[in-house]
Amino acid sequence: MADKNPFPGENNTGHVWDDNIRELRNPIPRWWMIGFWISLAWWVAYGILYPMIPMGESWSKGVLGWSMVGEYQEGLEQVEKVRAKYEEQIAGLSAEEILADEGLTAYTVASSRVLFGDYCAACHGSGGQGGDIFPVLADDDWLYGGSVATIQQTITNGRRGMMIGHGSMLSEQEIATLASLVADWDGASEEARTLYQSKGCFGCHGADGKGIQALGSANLTDAVWRFSDLDPVASATYTITHGVNDPNQPKTREAVMPAFNERLSENEIKKLAVYVYKLGGGQ
Amino acid sequence: MSDLKSQIPTASVDDLYAESGHWHVNTGEETIHAKRMPGKWRRYKWWASLVWLVFFFGPYLRWDGRQAVLFDIPERQFHLFGVTILPQDFWMLSLLLLFFAILLAVVTAVAGRVWCGFFCFQTVWTDVYTLIEEKLEGPPPKRRKLEQAPWDAAKARTKLAKHSLWLLIALFTGISFVAWFNDAYRLWGELLTFDLGMVALVFIALFTGGTYLLAGFMREQVCLWLCPYARIQGVMIDKTTVVPTYDLNRGEPRGRIKKGEPEDRRSTGDCIDCNQCVAVCPTGVDIRQGQQEGCITCALCIDACDSVMEKVGRPLGLIRYESLEGLESGSCVPVARRPRVWVYTLILLASLSGIVWGLSTLGSIDLKVIHSRQPLFVLQSDGSIQNKYTLKVLNKTPADLPVRITASGPEGLVLVGDEVLVTEHGGLVARDVFVRVPQAKLDRESQPISFVVTGQDSQGQVYRGERTSVFIAPPSVVRN
Repeated sequence: MADKNPFPGENNTGHVWDDNIRELRNPIPRWWMIGFWISLAWWVAYGILYPMIPMGESWSKGVLGWSMVGEYQEGLEQVEKVRAKYEEQIAGLSAEEILADEGLTAYTVASSRVLFGDYCAACHGSGGQGGDIFPVLADDDWLYGGSVATIQQTITNGRRGMMIGHGSMLSEQEIATLASLVADWDGASEEARTLYQSKGCFGCHGADGKGIQALGSANLTDAVWRFSDLDPVASATYTITHGVNDPNQPKTREAVMPAFNERLSENEIKKLAVYVYKLGGGQ
Repeated sequence: MSDLKSQIPTASVDDLYAESGHWHVNTGEETIHAKRMPGKWRRYKWWASLVWLVFFFGPYLRWDGRQAVLFDIPERQFHLFGVTILPQDFWMLSLLLLFFAILLAVVTAVAGRVWCGFFCFQTVWTDVYTLIEEKLEGPPPKRRKLEQAPWDAAKARTKLAKHSLWLLIALFTGISFVAWFNDAYRLWGELLTFDLGMVALVFIALFTGGTYLLAGFMREQVCLWLCPYARIQGVMIDKTTVVPTYDLNRGEPRGRIKKGEPEDRRSTGDCIDCNQCVAVCPTGVDIRQGQQEGCITCALCIDACDSVMEKVGRPLGLIRYESLEGLESGSCVPVARRPRVWVYTLILLASLSGIVWGLSTLGSIDLKVIHSRQPLFVLQSDGSIQNKYTLKVLNKTPADLPVRITASGPEGLVLVGDEVLVTEHGGLVARDVFVRVPQAKLDRESQPISFVVTGQDSQGQVYRGERTSVFIAPPSVVRN
């Protein structure tokens, strides 16, 4: 660095290297610097007004007292306020009365989607399509009845199907004959129909085989299968042999719908009943 | 040390420093007071500026009892005279944006930064602001003197008047902007009764402050340092683009007129080095240095040069609209024979026809059908297959309209559910419907199904919407 500026009159900083390399002054626009200081001031003001600086387990809260969770709560309150007018109406109505009102039904269906996802979809599928051993909710076949009141009752108290395993009571031949009847009701032999009557199947499934909803017995004549329908004869054979929820049969089919009256409020169950009813099979 | 020194060519370093000494960067330290001169291009500039009157007065036009052009953000509707555009139709907006982007490209490719020089709000507002400055404070020399002068009552009065007028224009700019998004007359009502909503207030304040700052103080600094379009347009210019150009073949060597030297035996070019072209430039550039980033191609230097040439009796057009190629070779490829122009024009036409097609086919009833995927199909107890569809009916007619839903497709289909739906005007109504088809009629896993909604308003006008979807059957059923 030279003591005396060898380039007088030039717009340099006085820093010179190697005799002729020097640093010139090219300041950035003043208005740009003003903008820079304004943005710094903004940062300081922001830090004073809003939460900003982490301090161990805590943080600076800001004088406005704003917080993200607070804003979320406010938003939630606003939503609840919008919903309140429908919720109040729904609270005073029965499920049938809700279904009679198109607007309320639409609201109920829209607002129960999350509830269904939380409590029902794990077994019955997100669209009520059922799965494995869990019944389809979107069809029109109902073991216990498809009216909204029955659905509501089913959710409230749960259901537990009951069929004794007939493996020890019937011969293999008899079971095979009965299974063929269940697999093809209309085309079954006279022998199979006689066996159905003589073995007392009608006691639960009805003389016409259409089931009795008060008992929750399956309709044996329709196209819908409570359990696997991949091989109808095999499926029917298995069910007749081992039964459903038979405590004496280790290989019995399991079919339990838990009661929700302790987990959900009456109002929530009512809304879910409407939701399930509207999935496609309500009667 | 001496080794290193020997490696650096001293002469070239000196050249660099010498060049940087001449290199003037406009950082806005000094306000540019451009001289105002009358002329042809000045007149064109005013005519072009008039476009902005639409911005100020457009919101007050009425149509069918409401604002003719209204961007209704809360209701998510855009009214354009008789047409209502909903978010569903906003694909047209992308075509519109494409149209204007390409329009900018083609105009810039042909005639330079026409947008910057004649139409840009920054240019127009700055022009009006400096006109006010000129009327109140006088021409540039007086303005510079006033800047230096100590503060007294007269200076304060002048400055107060100027800034009040500037702020007034800025305020009207803000109000006019907001008026495109609110009912203009109601906005004024709320404004005059101090009953303005927060959003409107913030936007008016932002636009008032922004206009005052950008047109009053930042001016050409915006074009030089802030505006991306200024840079983008710079790269769209090529050798065939006509821009205000100084004809250096004619002008150089420049020199003042010497007294007594006969015109036919002078040693200088046509440029008399009067600096008028620099004096009138609103961005403070010297056009004689050639095309440069600071030039917004406003053509005011052409007016200035022509008036001087007229006075000294030399041919006009020393500074004129000319392309680099034209300047070098005297001729230029005609506009119609440039591939870039053709490509741009084709894109322009395509986007424009898309918009026209879109606007002319905006149905009054729009039907959307969503096939439920979970489950895709449901076996019913009678053996038929059921599919679920969500129908969304958008009603763009001015009144609520009951519509009837019908479906056609696979033989023997049954539509389950309420068939009449009341649609709200300007709103979307959704309805779930179920379609059942007997197994025996299903020979394919997927077949088309068509939904139609029809409605009739009180005047007997029939509206119809149609949409095709699919009916899905389980593969096991189809195989049987």
